[in-house]
Amino acid sequence: MKRNRNLIILCVGLLAGLIAPLATGASDPGFYIEVLLGGLMAGVLYSLVALGFVLIFKASGVFNFAQGAMVLFAALSVARMAEVMPLWLATLLAVGIMVVFAFIVERLVLRPLVNQDPVVLLMATLGVTYFLNGFGQTVWGSDIYEINLGIAKEPVMILQSVFQGGILINKDDVAAAIAAVVLVALLALFFQKTKTGRALRAVADDHLAAQSIGIPLNRIWVIVWSVAGVVALVAGVIWGAKLGVQFSVSQVALKALPVVILGGFTSIPGAILGGLIIGVGEKMAEVFLAPIAVKAFDLAGGGIENWFAYVLALLFLLVLPEGLFGEKHIDRV
Amino acid sequence: MLYRENGQFKTTYRQDQQMLPILQDRIFMALLLLFVFGAGPFIFSDYLFLSILIPFLILALAAIGLNLLVGYCGQISLGHGAFMSVGAYAAYNLALRMPQLNFLVVLILAGLIAALVGLLFGIPSLRIRGLYLAVATLAAQFFMDWTFARVKWFTNYAPSGSVSTATIDIFGWTVDTPVRKYLFLLAVVTVFALVAKNLVRGHMGRAWMAMRDMDVAAEVIGIRPVYAKLTAFGVSSFYVGVAGALWGFVYLGSWEPLAFDINLSLNLLFMIIIGGMGSILGSFFGAFFIVALPILLNQAPEWLGIHMSTAMVSNLEAMIFGSLIIFFLIVEPQGLARLWAIGKEKLRLWPFPH
Repeated sequence: MKRNRNLIILCVGLLAGLIAPLATGASDPGFYIEVLLGGLMAGVLYSLVALGFVLIFKASGVFNFAQGAMVLFAALSVARMAEVMPLWLATLLAVGIMVVFAFIVERLVLRPLVNQDPVVLLMATLGVTYFLNGFGQTVWGSDIYEINLGIAKEPVMILQSVFQGGILINKDDVAAAIAAVVLVALLALFFQKTKTGRALRAVADDHLAAQSIGIPLNRIWVIVWSVAGVVALVAGVIWGAKLGVQFSVSQVALKALPVVILGGFTSIPGAILGGLIIGVGEKMAEVFLAPIAVKAFDLAGGGIENWFAYVLALLFLLVLPEGLFGEKHIDRV
Repeated sequence: MLYRENGQFKTTYRQDQQMLPILQDRIFMALLLLFVFGAGPFIFSDYLFLSILIPFLILALAAIGLNLLVGYCGQISLGHGAFMSVGAYAAYNLALRMPQLNFLVVLILAGLIAALVGLLFGIPSLRIRGLYLAVATLAAQFFMDWTFARVKWFTNYAPSGSVSTATIDIFGWTVDTPVRKYLFLLAVVTVFALVAKNLVRGHMGRAWMAMRDMDVAAEVIGIRPVYAKLTAFGVSSFYVGVAGALWGFVYLGSWEPLAFDINLSLNLLFMIIIGGMGSILGSFFGAFFIVALPILLNQAPEWLGIHMSTAMVSNLEAMIFGSLIIFFLIVEPQGLARLWAIGKEKLRLWPFPH
């Protein structure tokens, strides 16, 4: 009951924050919707990165700090290989690379550290992060690279009859959102309808029980890291096509940490919804809240989107520690 | 032969409980201190002071601070760079606004302010642990980064956001030359390391370690979790805050808001993983390793006659750091400090087989 009450309070609070700019007349509806869409777009990317986190955490209990590095590495691979071959071939090869990477990680990192404290595994993935960032930039170079998906970048004006001035939408944003939805649908199919997917779900539910009925844990780990690698690849390609492939891409992982707190460590719908909430919340805060804060406290510029996600996550931790959809059990101290 | 404890009988509790129970250890420590204080200033070069010893000493202090929290109390923190920045900016503002204060007082006050902030961000640790705490401390990191970059008061309305400090003056003794900086830091670090070593041997340290090993059992035998965790956060941030103040005043001199970003936090964590979690000595090893390795990597290709670009070197550095972290976590979770202990164990028997 208490959980439900907290959940309701949080939802009402979030909704109130969402409609506040509109209700107080601080912004005109057209601009408001543009900000909202921009936030949703960023949210899709956060969701994709968070999805990788959740997949790996569910299957192996590892909090994979390296997800951001994987995004960067995959995007770099696609971008550099696409320079000498068609994009589809480059993408396929990059998928292959991510599978090999999953195999190596399982062999060299996960297997020797099996049954260790989660915090030790977290630190090990920190090591993987550094290695992968260094390795990726050694092999592929450390400049800014472009991924050209062949989609026009100029924005399109829609709904001019409804709002004054209309709404600007980028075509590649729409394509990215569609790609994300397709990916999630494919993942859902894979998890629900295939034998491997069933094994993955079994492992996520209970390692020991899964192992005792003959599901090979090591192979499952390779598969799940590969899937996370593919998710990272999609996120990296979308991000790279929008803003170019560069080192800062790997920092998006830091934004995905609050997302998984918000959505719950073990919930795929949670990761998606959490990503959208963080994405929208962050943009809204930056556009509508930051100017007020700058005026009130005489700040040197806004930039509150750098920490807003974390504060939101902390709030959730205090009120709803297991996240929106997480498992009810949590280690209380 | 030389390193044996035969014949050293302990006849009182006092002797049994002392910090260095073996005579040879005491002699070694005395000689080491004599060397670094007495001979060091004369034989080391300025380059050695500025590029290795000064950052090493400060980072060792910060690593001790982090080790108290992570290694001894078992609470992970990815935000200790932020507490360093709190110490640095607190010291900057104290020195700026109250110039009559002695720098030593400023240092202690800066540490206390950092401890307060650390306590504040340590409060979530009472309810959550592990991965959740890692995210909570990351929140501290990003929030502090932003605060010092955007709130103009902290940087005294400097247009670029970067601050620079005055020369340190302690009772008329100015800390300006590399040698003096080195001696000053050496004295500070020696005192703080000694205090830390004794803290972890005392009831506070034991409470931390009990909390780390099994919190429920610790609570059952009468250790208050609130007390143990919050003292760990407080003392740890105090150390790190002092280190931050020294980093700003003695090493950097002037710095930008992003001098204390997340990479510093992660580096501190790497120091204690490589050096040894739950070991004061290990903090020194780890700090030295992290300071010396990039310099070695920069120099090594030239010695070998290979030319490498700076980007290449930094990538290589990241790769080596990453692999070493994984290597140490797998092969020697206790880090370099454990290797040192094994070496000592072997030396006790040497040259005899048994």
